[in-house]
Amino acid sequence: MLKIKDLHVSYGGIKALRGIDVEVPDGQIVTLIGANGAGKSTMLRTISGLVKAESGSVTYNDKELIGLAPNKILEQGIALVPEGRRVFPDLTVLENLRIGSYLRKEKADIEKDIQWVYSLFPRLEERNWQQAGTLSGGEQQMLAVGRALMSRPKLLMMDEPSLGLAPLVVQDIFSIIRTIHQQGVTVLLIEQNANMALKTADFAYVLETGHISKSGTGAALLADESIKEAYLGKKKA
Amino acid sequence: MDAFLQNCLTGISIGSIYALIAIGYTMVYGILRLINFAHGDIFMMAGYFMIICMTDMMIPWYISIVIVIVATVLLGVCIEKVAYKPLRTAPRMSVMISAIGVSYFLQNFATYLFSAQPKSYPTIGFLSKSVQVGEISTTLVTFVTPILTILLVIGLVMLVKKTKVGMAMRAVSRDFETAQLMGIKINSVISFTFAIGCALAAIGSVLYFIPRSSVYPLAGSLPGLKCFVAAVFGGIGSIPGALVGGFLIGLSETFIKASAFSEFSDAFTFIILIVVLLCLPTGLFGEKIKEKV
Repeated sequence: MLKIKDLHVSYGGIKALRGIDVEVPDGQIVTLIGANGAGKSTMLRTISGLVKAESGSVTYNDKELIGLAPNKILEQGIALVPEGRRVFPDLTVLENLRIGSYLRKEKADIEKDIQWVYSLFPRLEERNWQQAGTLSGGEQQMLAVGRALMSRPKLLMMDEPSLGLAPLVVQDIFSIIRTIHQQGVTVLLIEQNANMALKTADFAYVLETGHISKSGTGAALLADESIKEAYLGKKKA
Repeated sequence: MDAFLQNCLTGISIGSIYALIAIGYTMVYGILRLINFAHGDIFMMAGYFMIICMTDMMIPWYISIVIVIVATVLLGVCIEKVAYKPLRTAPRMSVMISAIGVSYFLQNFATYLFSAQPKSYPTIGFLSKSVQVGEISTTLVTFVTPILTILLVIGLVMLVKKTKVGMAMRAVSRDFETAQLMGIKINSVISFTFAIGCALAAIGSVLYFIPRSSVYPLAGSLPGLKCFVAAVFGGIGSIPGALVGGFLIGLSETFIKASAFSEFSDAFTFIILIVVLLCLPTGLFGEKIKEKV
């Protein structure tokens, strides 16, 4: 279980997170919704060790993560699919997957996992020799997810996987998230597409300018009037 | 005709040495987007290391070369840790100014340690042996240099293309942050890149100074700048580009020296730099800016 307690983070001179508490129990899909600039990405980047926290704690299975280098956090089984996909454009699709398994040593297992990722995303196998920069946006997102899975994470964090993708592709991505979850991976999902995210999630948090303003099951928040108005674009009747 | 062949051979030989040094510029640029202006002076320090080993300590040449490579690598990695690493998040201009500072520091430090007088470079018996091929007579080192360089470049290209650490280098050169998310320790990869560049500069310095027989504190300055031109000519960031650039600079310099304009040869090298920057800013093999459609 991932536990965030009273986390404060400043980023570029701005207080991005002002004391948030979030819990991600094993085996669930937890989502965090909120507007642009609410601090969603900062939270994931802090968990991954890319951004330094000011105070507070982030523990995973009771081990403190604050202060660890990104490679140590990955070793704990926490992987991040960064915002904007960030595949390595001049590496091939296969190399992008291999680099996802950078910290792992057992060759045979890595080959098996490449086949596993290909079974999740058959498109990637067809294009495995292509430079990742030549893929479409949706394919790049699949590659970014596949690359993160190559580290065999127990907890997969995704930063706006649907951003900039066509509606049909967004549906694909969400169905993939459910598939990955069914295979035993805990998911922490950040989304602006609140509707899809809340429908997919077991539990959800709403982040507003650096603090958690609401939390509840996905279904409960979907029914919440103020959430409907602010994030789902539905006016009160 | 014989003079032509002779010049070709000399040009390719000096060009290979330029290529070895140019690779150091190009690899560091590829990963840090930094022109390491101290690289030529690291090459000069390698020359002094060889004098200390062979002349002062009487160590046989084959052990000396190993010591020189190790010492040069340590020097380069230390420079990176002290002068560049603290500026990792600073604007690129600051790091470049730091590099210029390191360059002047090394030149003056060498003057302080070894005086400004040229020191004579040790000879390695068999490399200075003269060889006669048809009408061309030259030393063995002139033949060995291009062959060794091409082997080293092939090895390096294989390393970057085929190995795990090479893949990590390509990833880091593209995106620091995402590389970290893959578990790559970027500082180790950067140190490794400096180590390779410095090892090649050390080998280059042995090959360069043997026929020239003396080292002085500014001995790395002009060759360093020429190799920088070679790296830009070939396309900075590209290893095969550095090789081709080195050959072309070496050949053009040798032919001009052999003509009536011998005093003009260094100036010509820098004219090449200006022309390349004006007409072909990404060089022969440089990364083209890709536009996504």
